[in-house]
Amino acid sequence: MNAIILTAIWGIVMMFGGVFFKSKSTPKYWAIAGLVLVFLSNGYELLNGVPFFEIDVKNMLHFNSFNLTFIAVALFCTLLFFLLNGRDIEKVGENVSEYFALLFFVLCGVAIAASFNSLLTLFLGIEILSIPLYILTGSDKRNLKSNEAALKYFLMGSFSTGIMLMGIAFIYGGNSNGSFLIDNINLGEGVMPPMIAVGLVFLLIAMSFKVSAAPFHFWTPDVYDGAPTVFTSFMATIVKAAGFIAFIRLFDNAFGKTQAQWQTLIVVITAATLLIGNLTAVFQQSVKRMLAYSSIAQAGFMLLAIFALNDYAKEGLILYTAAYSLATIGIFAILIKMSDYTIDGFNGLAKQYPAIAVCATVFLLSLTGIPLTAGFQSKFYMLLAAIKNGQQNWLVIFAVLMAAVSAYYYFKIIQAMFFKEDNQQAGAPAIMVEKLTPAFTYLLYFTALLIVVLGLFPNLLTTWLYY
Amino acid sequence: MPINYYIFLSLAVFCIGIIGVLTRRNSIIIFMCVELMLNAANLLLVAFSKMHHLVLGTNFPTLASEAQVFVFFIMVVAAAEVSVGLAIIVMLYRNTHSVDVNFLNRLKN
Repeated sequence: MNAIILTAIWGIVMMFGGVFFKSKSTPKYWAIAGLVLVFLSNGYELLNGVPFFEIDVKNMLHFNSFNLTFIAVALFCTLLFFLLNGRDIEKVGENVSEYFALLFFVLCGVAIAASFNSLLTLFLGIEILSIPLYILTGSDKRNLKSNEAALKYFLMGSFSTGIMLMGIAFIYGGNSNGSFLIDNINLGEGVMPPMIAVGLVFLLIAMSFKVSAAPFHFWTPDVYDGAPTVFTSFMATIVKAAGFIAFIRLFDNAFGKTQAQWQTLIVVITAATLLIGNLTAVFQQSVKRMLAYSSIAQAGFMLLAIFALNDYAKEGLILYTAAYSLATIGIFAILIKMSDYTIDGFNGLAKQYPAIAVCATVFLLSLTGIPLTAGFQSKFYMLLAAIKNGQQNWLVIFAVLMAAVSAYYYFKIIQAMFFKEDNQQAGAPAIMVEKLTPAFTYLLYFTALLIVVLGLFPNLLTTWLYY
Repeated sequence: MPINYYIFLSLAVFCIGIIGVLTRRNSIIIFMCVELMLNAANLLLVAFSKMHHLVLGTNFPTLASEAQVFVFFIMVVAAAEVSVGLAIIVMLYRNTHSVDVNFLNRLKN
């Protein structure tokens, strides 16, 4: 509750602050201060279970340690994102304060989508999270690629909203209680009524659109590639993670008991997502586009949680969102500073910036899932959850094989950094567009350290689920 | 009137919307088709609300009216989407002097 209200208020503060801020770098400090405030108040709610604001939400929002922990993870990753990329947000355009305001509104949507307890709040959460993102995607107004990405994202996003609403309408019709609360949909054993089954398929398609699972992923590469790189970093991590939390809460609470009837659909989507995401990522030359496909591939792994739907899946999903967000924010923070976004652009990075190259290696190893990193623990949890579920064990083997494929394209960057010579011709552009500040470098060390610590002690995060 | 008629009507409107989105090339028309899809859902929600009201309403007069409130939320969200979407289309028009989505495919790589 604290997170929802404070992010909305701070978004408005940032929006009107744009009139008063004289310097271009002021909004960044206000945004960071606001985010620290929201993070602390969310932490207070997680520890004490009492929000600052007593509001009767008619059971439409439900707060427990699971979603409060996720909100804490999302806020922490956003804080890291602001600290690492604050200067790059300033470079996107003139309206810096508004960009931060929109990011706060997205966070408000993230908090609602993570804690909904009614189909109405699910819809509102997903929309509050999407609409500011359409604007942020198109914020580079003169750039045709950014325009294309914004239009595509907007049309696909509103298309999936239409499908989601149709699904909600059918579920409402089929549910004899006449209520939108997801606890009331809670179906018992036995065959689902046909109208609810239709609604479930519609909702599944809409949520797959939002989390970019195959075969509804086709917008993702173009949008992620065209959007300004800072906002791609945000979209691919925190927003996608929130989509997954909404996905698992919906399917666990509303349809959990009839899982046997829809599990096959999830299996098909998971297998297709893993296959398409990993295989197409192999052929990409641009690192930004490759990371877009890799985000589809990682979504395939996160879908295993929705396939499994048990306690391991929930623990694993929180860990996965944290590990994936940290690593992707880190690698994007390095990518933004590069002058060339192709894999060849990374040639010889290790010679000029050894420490940055080591950090990038940690992030990439974590995305691959090499032991000692958080990525390994989270992938392990996902596979464990899928095995404990007991159905369709071939999916686990398939997921491991696809993780092996992912090593190929992540390691290509590591190879370029350490074993290739940089372009030494006269007049070749420098690897980095600007000099890195010490603060940026130390924050990258911190992020890499955090990934290793989470890889060694994943219970530092998962214990909060049982607080 | 049986509820089936409403379901068929809104499914028909919904399908027109989907087919429009998938086949038309003018981004404003695609956008109108998306609005058709949203309105199909609105229609269905109101119809179901009345259906539930006939069954449950005698005991709990307010119980089955939630969907009609939902419809207002959908309208507000659709209005927000319209403002953002038209802004994006205008931005595109300023740069390319066209609102044709085929133009965008030329930009790929």
